[in-house]
Formats: sequence, structure tokens, C-alpha cells
Amino acid sequence: MLDKAYIVHNIEDNVGIAIKDLNADQLVSCASAQFHEKTIRLKNDIPFGHKFALSPIVLDDKIIRYGECIGLATANIAAGEHVHVHNVKSARCHEE
Amino acid sequence: MGRMRIEEEFMGYPRADGTVGVRNHVLVLPSVICSSHTSRRIAQGIKGAVALYNEHGCGHIGKDYHRTLRTMIGMGTNPNVHSVLVVGLGCEQVIPYELADEIRKTGKRVEVLVMQDEHGVRNTIKKGRQVLRSLVEEASKSERIPISVDRLIIGTECGGSDAMSGVSANPAMGKAVDLIVGKGGRAILSETPEFIGAEHVLARRGADVEVGSETLRIVKAVEDLAKSAGEDIRGAQPSPGNMSGGLTTIEEKSLGCIHKGGTSAVNHVYDYAESVRCAGLSIMDTTGDDIRSISGMVAGGAQIILFSTGRGTPAGCAIAPVIKISSNTRAYLNMKDCIDINAGTIIEGAETTGMVGERIYGLLVKAASGRRTKAEILGQNDFAIDRILPTI
Repeated sequence: MLDKAYIVHNIEDNVGIAIKDLNADQLVSCASAQFHEKTIRLKNDIPFGHKFALSPIVLDDKIIRYGECIGLATANIAAGEHVHVHNVKSARCHEE
Repeated sequence: MGRMRIEEEFMGYPRADGTVGVRNHVLVLPSVICSSHTSRRIAQGIKGAVALYNEHGCGHIGKDYHRTLRTMIGMGTNPNVHSVLVVGLGCEQVIPYELADEIRKTGKRVEVLVMQDEHGVRNTIKKGRQVLRSLVEEASKSERIPISVDRLIIGTECGGSDAMSGVSANPAMGKAVDLIVGKGGRAILSETPEFIGAEHVLARRGADVEVGSETLRIVKAVEDLAKSAGEDIRGAQPSPGNMSGGLTTIEEKSLGCIHKGGTSAVNHVYDYAESVRCAGLSIMDTTGDDIRSISGMVAGGAQIILFSTGRGTPAGCAIAPVIKISSNTRAYLNMKDCIDINAGTIIEGAETTGMVGERIYGLLVKAASGRRTKAEILGQNDFAIDRILPTI
């Protein structure tokens, strides 16, 4: 059985949150299956509490967590790739 | 695993003004700091009575006076209070008889003792204890009856947060709040400084344009206040510690905080300690300091507080049960005497957010019916008023 390795807060979300330290190439499944049923092959190591893409995210796309925009992609992000300050910027600063 | 039954009723105390208490306290309310010690001594050892420690009541100006008075009145009028003994000194700015008259408007019995008229501390204590015993005797005749959960007003709070608060405890608490709002109950989202970065989301959830613009206004006011003291709250967020914990942007961090209020539309923005009359979810403009924020919501009529924590805190309230929810199992085990529910099971994959949300709702209804929370068992009679102007 696959490890329940991440959670998703909302059906709209395009990122999952690691609930343990995860490794690149690991195949992981979601602890909140009602929002995300697919298994994902991780592209990077994902530390506990960090995010990765559930599906491909294109440059300037919104990063959605809690069903809300938490920032914009500054690069193309593949499914399973680490999503953090290196490839996301605040949409708030952008507006101001 | 079967789904939990979502209770429709709790056992509460109906009050003369139509509100419903989840507790039946007799409150000793000092109108000023000078009578606070005496108030404590009056209540000491009398079961069923509780004294606030009030650090205020004199030297206030303008809107700070009105806010302080409103908070004191609100503590007395809260439905968890059966009756009140106001203890004054006699020369303070908050006039004890006026405070009593305001609380009497709810139909509660309110007695007043003024120390300068009672010839000192010892006489006030002696007489106060006699009065208090008779109030408790009367209060103990009250009986709980079945009440629909739509009569509950739930305050939400977070304190000692960690990187997991926005992953486990706050979303689970949000589910419980959504359940109570879905049943027709009322809930309050507090702590304005924690909206910073996500105020646009809250504003968009406003039931009308006015609620949205009020939300933006209170957030800007907090930022401007910090700026006037040379601090830029927004600029330093998220902190390096937040980022190493996985938080990427300020909106992500604030969304994690405001998620404790669930996902309902925001129907009104209340000032600190204002009476919460509006159905569904409201915002109250409170500080990030837990005790001051809780006191504001309870003065506004909240009967129960839901409180998420990442580190663990003993925080309670003198007249309302506070249910503490930990974001991680380590904090739960470390501060077990303070924490009622562990949401750490979510990050262990053992429970879903929805399951923990239902557990929180279940305990909420039980606490409303009389089950004591950890903070109550510890006797955490916390109270503090959020002042907005200096003492003159």
C-alpha cells in the first residue's frame, strides 16, 4: 500500500502539502482522497510541510491552496515538482 | 469508520433576554482595578462564583473609555452569566451603578457594593460574600433545557501557531465552524493582524460591498498603527522560519490563519466587544493577543471559544469554555493538561480534516451542555481588555 504522504485542502487546489519528509522519485498518494485520488511521482525531495504541484502549472498560473490563490508561478512547474519561493511570487506584491 | 452524528441540540440555560447560556456563573465584576483584589477575595471559595481581575476603569479618554466600558458591560450581559455583583471603589471613572444599570437591561439580577460606602475592604468582603452566596443559591436553581445549536455564538482564536497550524488545526476548526454556521449558528473570526495579506480574500467573501470595504479598512488601520511605531508588518512576511516550514507567500500564511473561521460569507464587521447580533459568520476587529481577543468576543456575546495552537497554551476565559486544538501530536503530548483535541492526526494521515472537524463540533456541543474544557479544569479565569489609547 502506498504511503498517505500528502494532504490537499480543497478540490480546486493545484498543490499538495507533504505530511512527512518525502524523496525524489517517490510515488505518493493523498491522505484526503476526496480531493485528490491520483498518485504522484515526485520530481524533488519535498520536506515536511512543503508543497508540490499536483498537475503541470504554467508560468504566470495561479498557485491554488485552500481553494484560493496564494501566488503566481514564475516558471513552468511539472507535476510532482517542489513549489516554493524559487518558482512562486506573491500575487499581492504584484498587484501593489 | 462511520461518520459522527451531527448534533442538533445542546443543553443550555435560557435567559430573560432570549439569549442562552452554556454556563451559569455568578460574576463578581470590579468596576475598576482598585476593587479587583477585593472582588477576588469576595469570590474566593464560593463555588459557582467567579471574579474578573479588571486592570482598568480609571484614566480613560474618549473612544478608549467607551470601548472599556462596553467590554465590562459585555462580560456582565454574556448569557453564560446568571447574575452579577458589581464591586466599585467609589471615585472611579466607570460608575458602578451605571455599569449595573446597563447589565440589568438583560433582566439579570445585579447587586452593587461600593467600598467607600461600605467602610473599607473587610466590610465589603463580608457583605459581598453574603450577597454572593444568595446569588449563587438563586443561580443553582437554574435548569438546563434542550436548545437548538443555532443559538450558539462561537469565537475563533489561534495562538502559539506553528507551520502546521494552517495544515491541520485551523482547517479542521474551519470545518467545525462551517458546520455550526450551516446549522444557523453564529461564529466570529477575530485577530485583524492575521488577515494581512489575505484581506482581499476576506473582503471578497463579504456579504456586501460595505462588509468588504470595512474588512480592508480595519486591516489598513492595523498596518498604519504599526507603521506609526516604525514597524512594517507586511514587509517582513513570511518570516525566514515560516519559509523553511514551507510557507511561500504572505497570502498563504494569512489564509492558513483565517481558515479557522471556515468558508462562509462574512456578514458583518464588528468593533471590539460590540454585541454580535448578525447571523452566520462575522469578523470582530481584535488584536493578535489571545486573552484580549477572547475577552472582546466573549463581551460581544460568544458563549464558547475554539482555539488552535501549534505550541500549546493554557489560555482560558473567566466565563466561557475555551476548547484548545493542537496542530501536532508533539504539542498535544507536551501540553496535555491544556489541550482538548489533537488535530495532529491529520498530518499523520490517520484522520481527515473533515473527521477532526466533526470531532471538534462534537466536543463543542458537549462543552455547551456542560462538559468542562481543560482550561476550565485548570481554573484559567483569564480576562484582559484591549486598550486603544494611553491611560491619562
